[in-house]
Amino acid sequence: MEATTDIVENESVWGGGNKPLNASYGKMMMWFFIVSDALTFSGFLVAYGFSRFKNIDSWPIADEVFYHFPFLHGIDAPMYYVALMTFILIFSSVTMVLAVDAGHKMQKTKVAIYMLLTIIGGAIFVGSQAWEWKNFIQGEYGAVETKGGQILQFVTADSGERVALESFASTLPTDRSQHTGDEGIWFVSEPSLPTYSLAEVQEGFLANPNLLIKTEMIDAATGHKIVLDRAASEAKIAQAMYVVEGANLVRNEYGNRLFADFFFFITGFHGFHVFSGVVINCIIFFNVLLGTYDRRGHYEMVEKVGLYWHFVDLVWVFVFTFFYLV
Amino acid sequence: MAHKLSIFRGLVTFKSNIQKIWGVLVFLSIVTAIEVALGIIKPSVLLTPVLGMKGLNWIFIILTLVKAYYIAWDFMHLRDEKRSFTSSIVLPLLILIPYLMFILLVEADYIYNVMLDGFVSWNF
Repeated sequence: MEATTDIVENESVWGGGNKPLNASYGKMMMWFFIVSDALTFSGFLVAYGFSRFKNIDSWPIADEVFYHFPFLHGIDAPMYYVALMTFILIFSSVTMVLAVDAGHKMQKTKVAIYMLLTIIGGAIFVGSQAWEWKNFIQGEYGAVETKGGQILQFVTADSGERVALESFASTLPTDRSQHTGDEGIWFVSEPSLPTYSLAEVQEGFLANPNLLIKTEMIDAATGHKIVLDRAASEAKIAQAMYVVEGANLVRNEYGNRLFADFFFFITGFHGFHVFSGVVINCIIFFNVLLGTYDRRGHYEMVEKVGLYWHFVDLVWVFVFTFFYLV
Repeated sequence: MAHKLSIFRGLVTFKSNIQKIWGVLVFLSIVTAIEVALGIIKPSVLLTPVLGMKGLNWIFIILTLVKAYYIAWDFMHLRDEKRSFTSSIVLPLLILIPYLMFILLVEADYIYNVMLDGFVSWNF
C-alpha cells in the first residue's frame, strides 16, 4: 500500500490538484467511469445469460444466424466476419496505444497519424456493425410463428438446408393490402404486411412434400435443432399464426423473441459507445493538430480517451464471446 | 515514465514499450484465432459437459478473460499504475460481477426447470 503513504509537501491539499494514487484527477475519473460502465455492460450480459439459461433448450444457435460475409453471397461463413471485426477493433486499440506512447515522447505528428488510424479503424468497425444489423433485420429465409410464440423454420427433407419462403409459397389471389392511416380512420393503421400471407405459406408447404419443419428445440444429444418428420410438420404448420421475415423488437425469424431484443440492445449499446468513441477521438485528433497539447506540455488527454477506447475494445471481446462463440 | 516491459510473469521481456505493444497484439491475435478456429471446428471431444456447461464454452470464457487481462494490463497500462489504484478498479468488478452472475444464472436455471416440469404447455 505504497500509495497511502504518499505525503504531499509544500502544496495546498485543500484545493484539489494533488495526485492520490499517483494518477491525475482526470485519469482517475475516466477509470471510475469505466468501472461503472463495465458494471452496466455486465448487467446487460448477465441479463442475456439469464434469458439464455431460462431457455437453454431452445435458444438460437449463433452459427445459424450470423453466417454472412461481404461479397460472398449465399456462402455459409459463420464467425469469419465477426472475427474480422474483432481483429479490426483490437488493431485500432494498438494504434491508440502507439498514439499514447508517442504522446509520452511529445511527438506531435506521430500522435496525429496514430489517432487518425484509430479513427479509421473505429469507423470501419461501426460500418461493419451496421452491415451486420442490416443482414439481421432483413433476414434471408423467413419463418412462421405459432400461437405459443415458437418459431418454425423450413428445411428440405433430403439435404436439411434452410429454404426461403419465396421458393415454395404459392400465390393466392387476394385483395388484402396494407391498412394505412390515410384510408379509413386516421388513427387506425397497421405495420407493413409480410411478402407472403400465412395461407400462401401453408398451402405452398402442403403442396411440396420435400419440406420439413425445423423447430426451436435443441436436441441435447447432437446440439442441433430438432427437425420434425413430414406428418408432424403437416400438423405443426396448421398451428402457425404469423409469417415472420427478418427481425424487429417484437418477433424475429431466428427463434426466441428475446434473442433479437438482446442482440439489438447489447450490440447497439456497444455500437453507440464505439460511435461516441470515434467522435471523441476526432475532437482529440483536431486538438492535436491545433497543437493544444503541445502548448499544454503533455498529452495526457490522449491517454484518457485511449482508456475509453480500449474499454470499448474490452467490452467487444466479451460481446463476441457471449453472442457468437458460446 | 517508466513502463514495465515484461509479460507472462517475466517470461518475455521487451526492449521498448512499442515492442511490447506489438508483442501483445500478436498474442491477442493468436488467442482470437484459436477461439475462431475452435468455434468453426467444434471438436466433439470438447462438447461434453464440464461443470454444467460444454467444455468448449469454458475454454472460450477462459480465453476471453485472458484477452481482457492483457487489454487492461498492457493497452490500458494498469501494469504501470500503483498497486492500490489497480486494486480499486479491478476489485469491485471482480467481486460484483461474479456475484450478479451467480444469482441470476442460478435463478434462470430454476425457472427453466419450473417451465420444464410444470403443468403449463409452452409449445403449441
